[in-house]
Amino acid sequence: MAVCIAVIAKENYPLYIRSVPTQGELKFHYTVHTSLDVVEEKISGVGKALADQRELYLGLLYPTEDYKVYGYMTNSKVKFVIVVDSSNTSLRDNEIRSMFRKLHNSFTDVMCNPFYNPGDPIQSKAFDSIVSTMMVQAF
Amino acid sequence: MSPAQWDLPPELCCRPVAFVALTGLDVVYNAIHRAIWDAFCANRRADRVPISFKVLPGDNEYPKCRTKRTSYEWYIPKGILKTGWMNKHLNLVPALVVLFYELDWDDPQWKEKQSECATKVEIVRTSLQGRNTKVAVVLIQKKTPLPPGEDLVASERASALCGACDLSGKSLFVLPHTDHLVGYIIRSDFLFLNKHQFKMGFFSELKQDTQNALKYYRTAYSLVHELRAHETNMLEIKTMAGFINYKICRLCFQHNTPLDAIAQFRKHIDLCKKKIGSAELAFEHTAWMSKQFQSFGDLFDEAIKLGLTAIQTQNPGFYYQQAAYYAQERKQQVGQLCSHEPGVGYPAPDPLETTSGALDFYGQRPWRQGHQSIDPPDSEKEKQGILALQVKERDIPHSELIIALLSNAVAQFKKYKCPRMKSHLMVQMGEEYYHAKDYTKALKLLDYVMCDYRTERWWSLLTSILCTALKCSYLMGQVKDYITYSMELVGRASILPEEQKSRIEKNLIKVLMNEVPEPEPDCDPLSVKTAQSLWSDRISLAGSNEFTIEVQDYVPFVQCKAKFLSPSFHIDEPVQLHVYVRADCPHPVRFSKLCVSLSNQEYNQYCLLEDASKGKDILEPSTQENMCLVPGKTRKYCFKFVAKTEDVGKKIEITSVGLMLGRETARYVYLNWRGGWGDAASSHETLQACRSFKKRTRFPEQQVDWDTVTIQSSTMIISRVPKISVQLTHEPPALTNEMYCMIVTIQSGEDTVAKDIKLTAGLKPGQDANLTQSTQITLNGTEVCDDSHPALLPDIPLGDLHPGQKIVKPLYIHCVSTGSRILLFHVAYSVSATVEGKDITCKCHKDETVTLETVVPYEVAMKFVSSKFEHLERVYVDIPFLLMMDILSASPWPIELVNSEVQLASSMNAIDQPQSQVEGVTLQTSECASECFLLKCPPVQNGTSTVASGHYIISWKRKSTFAETSVVRTIVTLPHVMVENIPLYVHAELPSFGRVRESLPVRYHLENRTGLVQDVEITVEPSDAFMFSGLKQVRMRILPGAEQEMLYNFYPLMAGYQVLPQLNINLLRFPNISNQLLRRFLPSRIFVKPQGRNGDTSIEAA
Repeated sequence: MAVCIAVIAKENYPLYIRSVPTQGELKFHYTVHTSLDVVEEKISGVGKALADQRELYLGLLYPTEDYKVYGYMTNSKVKFVIVVDSSNTSLRDNEIRSMFRKLHNSFTDVMCNPFYNPGDPIQSKAFDSIVSTMMVQAF
Repeated sequence: MSPAQWDLPPELCCRPVAFVALTGLDVVYNAIHRAIWDAFCANRRADRVPISFKVLPGDNEYPKCRTKRTSYEWYIPKGILKTGWMNKHLNLVPALVVLFYELDWDDPQWKEKQSECATKVEIVRTSLQGRNTKVAVVLIQKKTPLPPGEDLVASERASALCGACDLSGKSLFVLPHTDHLVGYIIRSDFLFLNKHQFKMGFFSELKQDTQNALKYYRTAYSLVHELRAHETNMLEIKTMAGFINYKICRLCFQHNTPLDAIAQFRKHIDLCKKKIGSAELAFEHTAWMSKQFQSFGDLFDEAIKLGLTAIQTQNPGFYYQQAAYYAQERKQQVGQLCSHEPGVGYPAPDPLETTSGALDFYGQRPWRQGHQSIDPPDSEKEKQGILALQVKERDIPHSELIIALLSNAVAQFKKYKCPRMKSHLMVQMGEEYYHAKDYTKALKLLDYVMCDYRTERWWSLLTSILCTALKCSYLMGQVKDYITYSMELVGRASILPEEQKSRIEKNLIKVLMNEVPEPEPDCDPLSVKTAQSLWSDRISLAGSNEFTIEVQDYVPFVQCKAKFLSPSFHIDEPVQLHVYVRADCPHPVRFSKLCVSLSNQEYNQYCLLEDASKGKDILEPSTQENMCLVPGKTRKYCFKFVAKTEDVGKKIEITSVGLMLGRETARYVYLNWRGGWGDAASSHETLQACRSFKKRTRFPEQQVDWDTVTIQSSTMIISRVPKISVQLTHEPPALTNEMYCMIVTIQSGEDTVAKDIKLTAGLKPGQDANLTQSTQITLNGTEVCDDSHPALLPDIPLGDLHPGQKIVKPLYIHCVSTGSRILLFHVAYSVSATVEGKDITCKCHKDETVTLETVVPYEVAMKFVSSKFEHLERVYVDIPFLLMMDILSASPWPIELVNSEVQLASSMNAIDQPQSQVEGVTLQTSECASECFLLKCPPVQNGTSTVASGHYIISWKRKSTFAETSVVRTIVTLPHVMVENIPLYVHAELPSFGRVRESLPVRYHLENRTGLVQDVEITVEPSDAFMFSGLKQVRMRILPGAEQEMLYNFYPLMAGYQVLPQLNINLLRFPNISNQLLRRFLPSRIFVKPQGRNGDTSIEAA
């Protein structure tokens, strides 16, 4: 399960970011922010190599000592970042993918809301609850 | 324990090379020996096997060899690896001792020398004391040896020498001292190495057999972890594991298998991460971890320098970063574990002191070396030892270590395109500098990266950085920085809770009142004290109390939008400008000045709002309530001014808006919005706001929705709207060449006198250049324009015009070419007006344009015909012909033909006085007028020539009731015509009609027009319609210039148009003049009237 889930706008500012309250929130913000370096590098590489890249999942962005950071980018260049604990070895790539897919579906619902202005921070209860199901439950 | 405790020993980090000792060389006094020595070590290049050489005296004391155990049974080791072991094998115990000895094969004292050499070998052997070190002998010879096998004496003596020294034949070398010294020595290098190939275990690497060495190390590594670990030997195990890991990783990089190195390192870290050891010395573990990462980073970096390529997600930076992270943790642990009571000092006697001054084994405690049981031998000693370690740890400059690691990482991430990671590390560096109380450096770093986070709109991160920066600026007493950071922390980009914002805002107000702000929380108390005195000094400091903050680089708590109410203003109305200001701080804030700078600075004075109550306390309620900004509410400030008349047609721009917070008497700061709006976050907010589908909430009166305020940062000053009418009356289209009349009527609708009216009329500039040549305009319609007239008449003065009056002005336009052209009528005048109680003279102008078509009035067709109205291709000398003109009107308006006239060229003569036949004729559209003139040509040279005919001049005018028009003379050039001489001219004289059965006399005249006598043959052909009398066939001679007359009496037999009997003329001298040609001059038919009844005079009369 994730310790931090973030949605990043096309322009690379955070639309939504939630982390487990037990650890430093700021630290996760930095982790997500720095992971954008890798996202940018990946998508710039993809643009050249594969024009019709349908794969939205960007895979493991970078490993830190304590966390694994995974990335995903929608066609509208909105990025999802999921941070999981490195010790959580049971989590497989497939499960991460399905987490992203769930997140993407919920995000699409948010975008479909006529009262949501794209580019504004996400304040949706439905999205919140989806994220909650994917987060490590605080004890 | 020194700070270098965690550093890997240098002998571990270096690349191990075999140690070879050379003896018997006197490098100081013997030049030959020196040369040999230099050849061994001075010129070692990469192509040679790495060996370290040392010259030792023959009886050098080598480290003593311990008696080896025959079995490990019952052996309790005191430790794993002794500290001196690696050094011993690298620098003290040689793998090979080479004895140099000067001896030639044919030396006269061979026997003696041989035994001396044997003695020397023995001495070396003795000093090595049974170590497994090989000995070799090198004979330095002066003579070049013969090829092997040829020198019998040499081989015999060599074997004798080997026997004497107890050497195998392979260990004896001959080094002839000749030119090829280096070559020999390279060869011998290899031989030395082969000699000790079989030596030692760790020593695989010494022998450069790295693959095997790696295998040994891997086994050793797994064995180390199989050791039973407990608190007392944890450090030792980790130290050893670290050493072996280092060796493995190093070799993996050397073998160009970086992934193996990384995998090994990960395994190593995963295995050791949890082996913390003694909780009281937890910092030792983190220090060790930090060191592991750092040295791996170093190895990685070194490998990259040697050609390995790293990638963004796998580069040394990550290891340095992690090392820094552990160093930070270490520092934290030190804070918890080593904050002893002030009374606790370093224990005496020093438990870390050892008898030898160094440790026997790597990673053991000095106070219990060699101790191997689980429980410490002496708990009191243990306590003292731990205390000593803790006290020592306290003195370590942790921040320095952390910063060094971070800056290593920054350098790496910069290289691998990770700008955000780099920024993050720089923030950490800044924070570390802050902890190390180096606030200047901290601020420099934080300030550098701040804008990256601001541009990317990561407010949470920006807020955290700003908080640290604020602390730094507070502690250093940096007023401007303090104000800048406070403004941003109080504003909308900050995610601080309200109470924090409130506290910062209160401090900000204090600073603006030139007071000392409250200290920031969690600051070092000592630094706070210094800061307070710094701030107190600032109060008394004169000057440097004004600051300007360029808002576009920050997100301050005040927002501003300035706009002109309209994109353009007429000169006779005031220019209006609104400035919207909004604060998003927790408490209301008052400003003392709001000023707008415009591109024309003369207007700045009208766009200024100043607090009248100068010098009063900033918190006192002001009389000017509106200079107080209530959080979340948008305030609107209106300015207006009258533009200067010389600014008509110019643009006025808002260059900046300044808002002054604080007092001029105390301390103040100017927030400066360049262009009148926008800080670092505005453009995105504006974009979001305009994208938003949200219904705008209705705001009560006097309140404005901030997002709906649009920007209009420039306006045009345009001239006053003219209150006059300009009318054009004319009858289009214009006709080519006529003086086309256009009447301009200017009527004033002004309330005052329109002064100095000027009319500019004519061809609108900017059209086809040819039109300028073919258009003329004049005020005088009575005479036709010529080229000297302009196409545009500028500034025709028309005087003043009183209200309601009008001026009528006819203008005449002369268009030489057809087509359409745009005409401009520009009326300019000045009028005085009053704007906002100010009298100004406004210049007004009104433009009227009209597109005028020009058409040709008529077309003239001309042709030459014979007197019989037959078309003529050429005319004959002295024979009359007709010139016919057809004038076809193409004008939509009637044209009056005033007169017409033919001006003949000298080559043409009129037969009678030519008179216009179309004079006074008026042609309606597509009507045609024709006239003709009877002409003849005088003789020409050469029989034939083309001659000019002259001109046809038509005087005409447009028939118009609208205006008196002048007569236009149009000259048409007549076509050229070919004139030909004719030798014989024939013409007939006959009545206009005949009557049946009545005599019809016809007289033919034949004129000889040549200077020759002509023979002419004439025959008359019979006709059914006529009987005739006269010569039927005659041949005669006509003298030059003479005329012959021939009379015939025709007697018509039938009525109607009858063909006359044909006269055939044959010129014998000019056979080319045909009968047909001459016949053209003669009538061919005549009308014959029927015979009337007798006495019927009526027919005769008819």
